[in-house]
Amino acid sequence: MSAHGHTIHVSEAPTGFVRKYIFSTDHKVIGIQYFLLALTAVMVGLVLSVLMRIHLLWPDAKLPFIANGIMTPAQYLALVTMHGTLMVFMVLTTAPQSGFGNYFLPIQIGAPDMAFPHLNMLSFWVTFVSFLCLVSAFVVPDGAPISGWTAYTPLSGLGQISGPGEGWGQTMWIVSIAFFCLGSLLGALNFIATIIDMRAPGMSLFRMPLTCWGWFVTAILGLLAFGILLAGGILLLLDRTVGTSFFLPAGLVVTDQLQPHSGGSPLLWQHLFWFFGHPEVYIAILPGMGVASHVLSTFCRKPIFGYKAMVIAMNAIGLLGFMVWGHHMFVSGMNPYSGFAFSIMTMAIGVPSAIKTFNWLSTLWGSKIHFDTPMLFAIGFVSLFVSGGLSGIFLAQPAVDNLLHATYYVVAHFHLVMGVAAIFGIFAATYFWFPKMFGRMLNEKLGKIHFWFTFVGAYCIFMPMHFLGLAGGIRRYADYTAISYLQSMRPLTMFVSFAAFVTATAQLVFLYNFFWSLKNGPKAGKNPWNATTLEWITESPPAHDNFGGQYPSVYRGPYEYSVPGAAEDYIPQNLEPSQVAREARS
Amino acid sequence: MNTDEHRSSWAAFLFPAVQFVMVAGTVFTFISGRFAPPKAITAAGEAIDLQYHMTLAVAAVVFILSQLGLAYVVLKYRDHGQRVQFTRGNNVLEAAWTSLTAILFIGLGLLGGKAWANGRMFEPNSDANLLRIEVTENQFVFNFRYPGPDGKFGRIDPKKIDSSLGNPLGLDSSDPASADDIVVPTLTVPVNREVELLLRSQDVIHSFFVRELRLQQDAVPGSIVPVRFKAEQIGKYEVVCTQLCGLGHSSMHTYLNVVSQEDFVAFLKSNAG
Amino acid sequence: MSVAIPPVETRKPAAPFGANYGGPPIRFLGNDGEPEPWQPGRTPQRTYTLGMIVGIGASSMFFLALVSASVVHRGLAGNAWIPLRPPSLLWATSALALASSSTLVHARRKFKSGDIDTFIRWWTITAVLGICFLGGQLLAWRQLVAQGLYLASNPSVSFFYVFTVAHGLHLLGGVIALFWISWRQSHGWRKSPGISRSKATSVAALYWHFVTVLWLLLFSFFLIGG
Repeated sequence: MSAHGHTIHVSEAPTGFVRKYIFSTDHKVIGIQYFLLALTAVMVGLVLSVLMRIHLLWPDAKLPFIANGIMTPAQYLALVTMHGTLMVFMVLTTAPQSGFGNYFLPIQIGAPDMAFPHLNMLSFWVTFVSFLCLVSAFVVPDGAPISGWTAYTPLSGLGQISGPGEGWGQTMWIVSIAFFCLGSLLGALNFIATIIDMRAPGMSLFRMPLTCWGWFVTAILGLLAFGILLAGGILLLLDRTVGTSFFLPAGLVVTDQLQPHSGGSPLLWQHLFWFFGHPEVYIAILPGMGVASHVLSTFCRKPIFGYKAMVIAMNAIGLLGFMVWGHHMFVSGMNPYSGFAFSIMTMAIGVPSAIKTFNWLSTLWGSKIHFDTPMLFAIGFVSLFVSGGLSGIFLAQPAVDNLLHATYYVVAHFHLVMGVAAIFGIFAATYFWFPKMFGRMLNEKLGKIHFWFTFVGAYCIFMPMHFLGLAGGIRRYADYTAISYLQSMRPLTMFVSFAAFVTATAQLVFLYNFFWSLKNGPKAGKNPWNATTLEWITESPPAHDNFGGQYPSVYRGPYEYSVPGAAEDYIPQNLEPSQVAREARS
Repeated sequence: MNTDEHRSSWAAFLFPAVQFVMVAGTVFTFISGRFAPPKAITAAGEAIDLQYHMTLAVAAVVFILSQLGLAYVVLKYRDHGQRVQFTRGNNVLEAAWTSLTAILFIGLGLLGGKAWANGRMFEPNSDANLLRIEVTENQFVFNFRYPGPDGKFGRIDPKKIDSSLGNPLGLDSSDPASADDIVVPTLTVPVNREVELLLRSQDVIHSFFVRELRLQQDAVPGSIVPVRFKAEQIGKYEVVCTQLCGLGHSSMHTYLNVVSQEDFVAFLKSNAG
Repeated sequence: MSVAIPPVETRKPAAPFGANYGGPPIRFLGNDGEPEPWQPGRTPQRTYTLGMIVGIGASSMFFLALVSASVVHRGLAGNAWIPLRPPSLLWATSALALASSSTLVHARRKFKSGDIDTFIRWWTITAVLGICFLGGQLLAWRQLVAQGLYLASNPSVSFFYVFTVAHGLHLLGGVIALFWISWRQSHGWRKSPGISRSKATSVAALYWHFVTVLWLLLFSFFLIGG
């Protein structure tokens, strides 16, 4: 298989450990650095959630590492806050986009690196500083903040007087978020410039793999949204430290002390936060949708059904994603007429999501499915996205939100879409691209064990939460003993906790598989999955400049599988037409 | 590495089985009503329940069809040596299911408008028989203030707040209207009378939630948010705070007592002065 | 035995949107009108302009958030908004900003005509005007403090400080960039791979004009709010 390539005198590969692995401008190294950052964060976040479930199960249990043994409400709420923040920012915004996007975007479009490699390196280290600031909240005086990942004011804006963790902890949280915004903005800039200007000849926008479209729309969302969060964060920091009143009204009395602030609006924080926060959740899921499409097509040997419709749907989700933020604020005191408008827009955004689901199902229809582990996670993604997305249409209606807001129904919804579906996107990507990144295969048996325990386990954890919420189970409650009607929910809470323990333990299988296979997995060839896109023509792992000096040209779309008349059931994108083996017919 | 492993993969059978169990379990739990909220005690609440059930019906159909559909294609199109039915897509189909979904979802949203308007969208001072009660939420207690026979709420001064002296709201005694104001920790309302709650907070954002009313609203410091309801069944109902407000969030609760008109008059009398 | 011609997708490779051979499809992003041959693997010069535009977009969203927050504050009930009269010094600094943009344009004209020494002179004058602007800004803050108007005094003052500090930081970045380009210019422009001398001046100029326009918009905003 040869391709007409363009040769170029490339820049030299770096030598020395530090330039190769620490301060590298190579997008592949940076991608792995982001991935490892996300892996660390997800392990911490997972432990935090297990601690939360232990507390909910055994509120009076004496835990070994806690000062007086029994977990206090302050500690529980700190777990809630840090779990949410770590997972949303350091895992779901980092791994799918900055991790896999950085690694594979240039390769999939036929480029040797991102448009601005030095800026890319800077983005990673800024994000790393953000991570350090975030985890420092655990060790500063009075611990981590207790205001949730949403940090509503005035609780988060008054400083130490609001409660434990609201002093240094909340401040470090805001500083961390500010750095994260900067790192993300720089990264988004790089992605957009790369996609627009660094594509190989023949790689038109509509020949890009859907993974690249996912990264593209996500980058645009990030570019437009993170600036808002940065602005809000700076204003909040000023309220806390120098006594401004951006978000703090007059007349606040906390612990019998009248606060000096005057003239601010708590709702303003919510608007700023959610104007960012809603696009943020689409940033978390869009790359996963791209990966799901990509993996589904590859492993069922059939083009993705309706490629253009998928692209349009992604862009529609991105665009509409900026118009729905008020659905987090139906009962916030916002104008009820605005609430109604946001509701209609939110129901509308269900449409492109549904279209993507129909297209995934149609891709599988009439196909030929191979159940390798990446495919299992991609199929699981579809199932989980349907489940999670459908609870969204309840929450999108303010009338129904009267009953469901701030209950476990909401927790079920966002965990199914983000905490499981998006994670499955990350897992699918990991199992799919591990051979390319590290030159070795992951163990299939372990992969399958990991999938089944996680898939079944996740449903066991989060489906029951819908019922807990419907019955009136309130979220962010450190204990359920004070409210009489919550007592009947204990059996279901126990079931959820046990399911969580099992599922969390199953992740150890993944970790073991990952690190063991790095050294001992069977060596991988260039194209273990017989896939069509450009990353599979490179070495495993790819050379420093990705294509070893021979740059590809692209002749066709990314999902030419089982094309009638072709001898092989896949046609790589870079294969010259004259080189495509045809089926012999007599 | 195209091994033959995928050809006889039991995943093709296990996945549909898991999907089926998941769908069946979910559907049956919903139908059983075991985790349903308690019955609504207002007409507005019943309208919300109707909207909820309509949404549930739509969601159930989509859920069952797509999840079992996914199970079906996974099973049927597992690789057992068949030819792929090649296609790149079908624009007619795309147009069709886009329009259908749009009509269904947006229609559902529009239908829910009336249930949302109940209790939220009203002309100020529109109901002569309206009973207005001010709800003040602090860390971590509820206080309910009735205007008393003069029908007027007295002035509140945050500087006068002192729970230990029995003045948790900071009632300004220099204002004559505050002399007959009644401040109590539980909410008592007469049955079949329109009530307007004026929600406010003195420190952080709290919330007011009664399941039976199907009513939830944040109390935001710096503003007063009005909501209305008309309870149609006598009883005692739990009021909880649902907006994270600090350490005592999970123990911040009180009760709504819906009583007869006579009992309400007696309640006002016994708390006067 | 003939081989049937299958319907394999075989379109000729099209020039991808954004590739440079045959000239840039978006004219104003071109390298001052000169076609830039596509060099596989190299970041095209036009991409630096695109990157700067995208970066300006991100910064604009940041300032837009602050502007929206400020507008919300104005509309809040409770009469806590006491409009701030911007110090009259700001008329002078605004004039400095406009002047700096015109000196910058003049410098670039000299660059294009090859008169590098004059270019450096006017380029440096631009940077110095920027420093003067920042100096004026510091004076304006001191004037406010002298009137007893601090960061936390009331929302309109708070916003004023936040806007001017944020703008000032952006301007400071621009000043540093201008000096850095001067320095590199006088020490021989080491290029490969990376941004060309011409593109660096172009991109820096774009940023500088953004900062000027941003200031004029913010200043107008203060004036109509006052």
